[in-house]
Amino acid sequence: MTRFASAFSKSPALVTFITAGDGDTAANLDALVAGGADVIELGMPFTDPMADGPAIQAANLRSLAKGTTTADIFAIAAAFRVRHPDTPLVLMGYANPMTIRGADWFAAECAKAGVDGVICVDIPSEEDAELGPALRAAGVDLIRLATPTTDAARLPDVLNGAGGFLYYVSVAGITGLQQAAQASIEDAVARLKAATDLPVAVGFGVRTPEQAGRIAKVADGVVVGSAFIDIIAQHGDAAAPHVEAFTRTLADAIHGAKEIAA
Amino acid sequence: MTHAPNSLRTGPDERGHFGQFGGRYVAETLMPLILDLERHYRAAQADPAFKAEFDYLLKHYVGRPSPLWFAERLTANLGGAKIYLKREDLNHTGAHKINNCIGQILLAKRMGKTKIIAETGAGQHGVATATVAALFGLPCTIFMGAVDVARQQPNVFRMKLLGAEVVAVESGAKTLKDAMNEALRHWVANVHDTFYIIGTVAGPHPYPELVRDFQSVIGNEAREQILEAEGRLPDMLIAPVGGGSNAIGLFHPFLDDPEVEIVGVEAAGEGLDGKHAASLAGGRPGILHGNKTYLLQDEDGQITEAHSISAGLDYPGIGPEHSWLHEIGRVRYEPVTDAEALASFQKLTKLEGIIPALESAHAIAAAERIAPTMGKDKVMIVNCSGRGDKDIFTVADALGVKL
Repeated sequence: MTRFASAFSKSPALVTFITAGDGDTAANLDALVAGGADVIELGMPFTDPMADGPAIQAANLRSLAKGTTTADIFAIAAAFRVRHPDTPLVLMGYANPMTIRGADWFAAECAKAGVDGVICVDIPSEEDAELGPALRAAGVDLIRLATPTTDAARLPDVLNGAGGFLYYVSVAGITGLQQAAQASIEDAVARLKAATDLPVAVGFGVRTPEQAGRIAKVADGVVVGSAFIDIIAQHGDAAAPHVEAFTRTLADAIHGAKEIAA
Repeated sequence: MTHAPNSLRTGPDERGHFGQFGGRYVAETLMPLILDLERHYRAAQADPAFKAEFDYLLKHYVGRPSPLWFAERLTANLGGAKIYLKREDLNHTGAHKINNCIGQILLAKRMGKTKIIAETGAGQHGVATATVAALFGLPCTIFMGAVDVARQQPNVFRMKLLGAEVVAVESGAKTLKDAMNEALRHWVANVHDTFYIIGTVAGPHPYPELVRDFQSVIGNEAREQILEAEGRLPDMLIAPVGGGSNAIGLFHPFLDDPEVEIVGVEAAGEGLDGKHAASLAGGRPGILHGNKTYLLQDEDGQITEAHSISAGLDYPGIGPEHSWLHEIGRVRYEPVTDAEALASFQKLTKLEGIIPALESAHAIAAAERIAPTMGKDKVMIVNCSGRGDKDIFTVADALGVKL
């Protein structure tokens, strides 16, 4: 069983996001695992994060201002894999830093560092050739995004070549701001699950254990990002205990959601 | 339009690529809208009524055709090729930008969109967008880097007079690329009712194509005008290139005429070994703002800041069709520095009584360099893409004059 399959097999999964190089990343990653995160997305900072809201934009710039390089990110990932052999790790970011040395180079580095999957915000299925074939050849899952604007005609293209899990972006917008209505999430997840066997994780605008718990009743996973970024922005290099405590409240709300519902 | 089988004018392909450049590198949320825009654009291209309305507005509102002016005194001064200026500076709002805005707002209307957004650097595209939004009675929001807002107050005030809301973008470096990021962020959250009028031949397909098509009126007119004036095609075209919309507009109708040499002028700022905005001379291919093209960036693919005295050229990328024309060698791209542009700004003003935009002054500077090397029987067309009234504060400052 792959790490993804294992992570989504038991109960709804908590998928967490932090930006690499913002704060003490190694300590924060350990805190996420200790607090009960099932999947970890590690953001690759980019100068022009056009799909992100103010919180993650600022995290990108803080990280770059500290001099974070692509080599640093792979070093963080490789060290994480040694400490945590079972937790799936995803690199999430933008096309240019991922493809600048060639997709094959990037895919090989991911495989070498023990990265399980990649989310590239600005490579839609139409441009899959840019990154998808290289990742699949290296055994790294390309995780695709579906959105409220992804209609039935497009969905098969989005799913073609997708792996790991399907990330449902629940609002048409940027990260960390509005939240979607529960009813619209339920409809969308039902529609997506009818079209794929991949686990469906729901994100964008999810900030509290209550929200996360509600979504976990219908989805296979819940993604929380900006709320962690806010904690790291507030506490800087001493954020790890706060990250762990918040992770635990989310994990408790998510992991029990389906049993309570049943 | 049909072209010869080996034509250079048939791009992009059906996926929006010019060779390896262009494409649609956008978030999934935007993809359905981009596809919808393409469908509507194809329908508009096939609709004579769309072209008729576009032509009517260009003639009666913009004031086209713009003249092709034989710059006799500049020609005599340089002692080489005859220099003609394509006078886009005489358009309503003072630059070529309006051509594209007219086309795109007609598309917005056709698609039933009720709100307009745009990015702007110096404010020229913002003013042109606010102008057409006023004309069509649509609410309009312009995203402009906070640094640019501070240094371009006259244009900010113009946009506000025209009824636009100007959002000062505080993210990133607070200049044009950040304004474009913020416009994309706004668009992604408002795709249902909002049309994004992109100001140059960049962004995801079909923008580079449709902006080029709307701007090609420049080259189509110039072709007719030079045939009338000289009885033959020119030997050379020169235009400034930031994103490159005025340049592609002039160049495109001549791409299949091998006897016409074509030169694009990039902003070399303080020089190619210092701060500059020459994406082709100093950058390499990458992906930003929806397309693959030459970009100023570091070895990790982080975008670096551009610099030019001309705010309209101050962008770390270039339109994907230019990247392709560069790679196949059809167009030669040459750098011109701030200092050279500043000198040409003054020279054209004194010799011809035409104050060019600093963008256009870059093309004049290249003409000054090249024309004397050509025979007096040779003919060149230089795109005077905009007027320089907006730049007098920048120029005064650079010359140490206090206004």
